[in-house]
Amino acid sequence: MHISSKIKSVPPSGIRKFFDIVSQMKDVVSLGVGEPDFVTPWRIREACIYSLGKGYTTYTSNYGLLELRRLIAADIEKTYGVEYNPENQLLITVGASEAIMLVMHAILEPGDEVIIPEPCFVAYKPCVIFAGGNPVTVCTDHTSGFLPAPEEIEAAVTPRTRAIFLSYPNNPTGAVMPKETLQAIVDIAVKHNLYIISDDIYDKLIYGETHTCIPSLPGAYQRTVYVNGFSKAYAMTGWRIGFAAANPELLEAMMKVHQYMVMCAPIMAQMAAIEAMKNGEQDMQDMVRQYNHRRGLIVKSLNNMGLECTTPKGAFYAFPSIKSTGLSSEEFAEKLLLEEKVAVVPGNSFGDCGEGYVRCAYATSIQNIQIAMERMSRFVKKISS
Amino acid sequence: MNEILKILETDCRLSPEEIAAMTGRTPKEVKELIADLEEKGIIRRYKAVIDWEKTGDERIFALIDVKVSPERGVGFDAIAEQIYRYPEVHTVYLVSGLHDLRVVVEGKSMKEVAFFVAEKLATVDRVQSTSTHFLLKRYKEDGVFFDIPESDKRLAIVP
Repeated sequence: MHISSKIKSVPPSGIRKFFDIVSQMKDVVSLGVGEPDFVTPWRIREACIYSLGKGYTTYTSNYGLLELRRLIAADIEKTYGVEYNPENQLLITVGASEAIMLVMHAILEPGDEVIIPEPCFVAYKPCVIFAGGNPVTVCTDHTSGFLPAPEEIEAAVTPRTRAIFLSYPNNPTGAVMPKETLQAIVDIAVKHNLYIISDDIYDKLIYGETHTCIPSLPGAYQRTVYVNGFSKAYAMTGWRIGFAAANPELLEAMMKVHQYMVMCAPIMAQMAAIEAMKNGEQDMQDMVRQYNHRRGLIVKSLNNMGLECTTPKGAFYAFPSIKSTGLSSEEFAEKLLLEEKVAVVPGNSFGDCGEGYVRCAYATSIQNIQIAMERMSRFVKKISS
Repeated sequence: MNEILKILETDCRLSPEEIAAMTGRTPKEVKELIADLEEKGIIRRYKAVIDWEKTGDERIFALIDVKVSPERGVGFDAIAEQIYRYPEVHTVYLVSGLHDLRVVVEGKSMKEVAFFVAEKLATVDRVQSTSTHFLLKRYKEDGVFFDIPESDKRLAIVP
């Protein structure tokens, strides 16, 4: 059977194997889940139920409901001072994932390169490849706080480079890029006439720092595609509502792909997102407060057991180094799972330079973190002795 | 300080070391803060939220709306105290609306509660009327769902 070589060139997800083992085990405490443990706040769920009752079951505009776009535009302007016209600069997508796929299709010629710092979310590279491009990765490690130096980004620029892909706060490292570094990267993009794609899905989950919205930086607005969504901030992963904001010409191009691919995002999920935008702020802040507590606890425990872990400044992941154990990421994760029933994700799932790390999501209760840390500490002691 | 209170309100079994890690303080600071909060009476007591029904140990609760005539000088406080000093009385609130006090009474049987209301509560000086509502089912108490524990519906591993 013929399968496209483009598709075949993408290796199967490394996480899959773990998933299969975990699903056959009992009493596993999972730190492997990249989504909030909170159920979507009730007011948001209720708004969806109400809209269904009222009969909102139709298509929406390809761009998404205008009311939702207006609310999002107002929120971006209020939070970051960046103005987008809700009529032609905002597109509601099926999760931020779709938005990323759309950008790639809208900007890449076959063979075009996209620079992506790693470790990073698993879907970025495949999105580039599926759209005919070549991902060019820039490695980072914990000594630099998982942040690439602007010079390293510039060194990766070739005549084929089309875009630089950034995602901070970062999955899996929790790294947040300082404003000056972002500005230096924007300057590189200006110099070489490149797009910047910014996946800001974790922007609200940031602790004691201020998020810098890339399009707010001088030189960035016209060339940046701003991607965000409701999944993480409002615990709405299953609703699949994301959005992209860009200059009207580029957004129109993305919309063209979107309208023939999915038509529009589901109306009931858009209705729920409207409620999240209007009244979800308090619920969101309560969740962020709790993530912050868990973050303190997990980072302390990991360092105490001898796994070096820099303090993540955003998202809900700790990314400790397990190099001191002498095991590879996959060996560590597999043994930990089989011997102590704690699920973590091997760091190499997020790129080659994630080898030597594991991702521990703290989007789980304090009680679960306590149990997991106790088991993990016992495990580390055992393999070190 | 409020941060520590919010944490304790959800789970008061966390150790000072854990609370310290959660809030970026030292365990010593946390211990001192908690001791101070206890001393000032801001933390009144540490307790568990229990679903007694599941133990088979039946306890009857009734919410009783009480209309009283306040007393000059002390308002409702004196009469409220007269009521809340009874060990059968679980909770007393001063409320706005048609009634003045909302009293929660606990007993081993409906009869016991009813007799307490008739003999003790209703006969307290200045109590004008009582209206008793027996509690039939707890759905949610102190922010905890009693009816449906929400289970984790997520997949075990998600990128």
